[in-house]
Amino acid sequence: MSSRPTLIGENGLRHDHRRPDELRPIKMEVGVLKNADGSALVEFGNTKVIAAVYGPREPPAKYMLSPEKAIVRCRYHMAPFSTIERKSPAPSRREIELSKVIREALESAIFTELFPRSAIDIFIEVLQADGGTRTAGLTAASLALADAGVPMRDLIAAVAVGKVDGVIVLDIDEVEDEYGEADMPIGIMPSINQVVLLQLNGVMTREEFDIAMDLAMKGVSEIYRLQKEALSKKYMLYTEE
Amino acid sequence: MSVTPMQPPIPKLKKEAIVSALKKGNRVDGRSFEDFRSITIELNPIPKRSNGSALVKLGNTSVLVGVKIGVERPFPDRPNEGVLQVHAEFVPLASPSFEPGPPDENAVEVARVIDRCLRESKSIDLGELVIVPGKYSWSIYNDIYLLDHDGNVTDASTLASMAALNVAKLPKLVSVENDQVRIDYSTMDKPLPVKLNVVTVTVVKIGGYILVDPNLDEEILAEAKAAIGIDSNGRIVGIQKSGGGLSVSEVRYAVDIAIKKGRELLTLLEKTLKTV
Repeated sequence: MSSRPTLIGENGLRHDHRRPDELRPIKMEVGVLKNADGSALVEFGNTKVIAAVYGPREPPAKYMLSPEKAIVRCRYHMAPFSTIERKSPAPSRREIELSKVIREALESAIFTELFPRSAIDIFIEVLQADGGTRTAGLTAASLALADAGVPMRDLIAAVAVGKVDGVIVLDIDEVEDEYGEADMPIGIMPSINQVVLLQLNGVMTREEFDIAMDLAMKGVSEIYRLQKEALSKKYMLYTEE
Repeated sequence: MSVTPMQPPIPKLKKEAIVSALKKGNRVDGRSFEDFRSITIELNPIPKRSNGSALVKLGNTSVLVGVKIGVERPFPDRPNEGVLQVHAEFVPLASPSFEPGPPDENAVEVARVIDRCLRESKSIDLGELVIVPGKYSWSIYNDIYLLDHDGNVTDASTLASMAALNVAKLPKLVSVENDQVRIDYSTMDKPLPVKLNVVTVTVVKIGGYILVDPNLDEEILAEAKAAIGIDSNGRIVGIQKSGGGLSVSEVRYAVDIAIKKGRELLTLLEKTLKTV
């Protein structure tokens, strides 16, 4: 591994010339797959993630169903070509953990009680990884659910904040994740003030944690705006017709 | 793939008793919201075969951690560091709902959360565990074995891991010649370079109330859960939220409680370690 790069320059800018509170260029598109009931493609800089939703539909096995609510099945998976070195397509421990935290985040947004005895399946494929893949994936999955017409309490907007060279920054990329001091992915339902995904990998003081939370809220509100824009881009056409 | 788990049923009466007690400001087992259950830490219950071990009982939850130390080639991207791995097994004898098989998502999550807390806080100085850079280093395997499951496996496992790592001893390094290392595995030599201690504090939200150290019933009823890692410098060294959502102010409150309770757990751990 090469030596540690400078993450915050003398001008206060980051290694990719962003300000500490600046997101990467974000692209979102809804309804990108034909077969899925709902789908979305989300890019945070070079991070590129696609999500698809099937359902609510009959679960593959009877023993899985719940008489009270829909079960949610979720897979976060990285394509073999998405990483610097080829990633084995077999699920890693990391993917097992992330599938769980993403499933729990989405499950708290969906009105599962409206669909007893059914399953809602969410598949997230990371196509290119450059940091923030779980937050881009969660953002995409939430859009795909909306596209599938699954009733939700709110959209989930997610972003990773971090600490690099002692500075709290928004939307960290892979270099900042690798060499920085902390990575804190957050997923929020902004309109109802619910934090549905929160992890901290790294070290922060109590004060830094507060700053990071505030910065995350700021990033999330912009991502939330873009999500609504992406949805209206597809669905406003229909209403205008 | 992660699937909505089938929750074990909890009697309605029990559920109502738990929630109505919370409304009066206490818990059915007599604890306050910020009380841990009674904690015992037994050091080195596996003295002959493990390099270090600890058995922690947190109420009726029981976790055994065994540390095994060997020699391995360091990871290619970390030639100057030893190897640390944390694994967790939720063996079927610990709960009627556990099945034999490879670790499920819950066991993987607990192991990875503890791994990150230890690694990110630099609790163990991996740089001191290199024998020949790029060729040989000590490998530390911290295996968490859940024996009896009554909730809050994470905090019991972190405490047991930290205790076991503190008492663990490296085997004796006999010689390093011409890039060949000779180890005397039967002789315990130096302790591990533990630089600071780490604990986790788990909080749950039930009926809008935030409580620490949930037992199994409370865990099943919980609307949300968060495990927060705290080190002996009072820093936050990891967070893992699971289950449903928390408001931003609830998250901040949970972190404050964790810092306060974490200090108490660290004091207890350090007091226990002084007895050896």
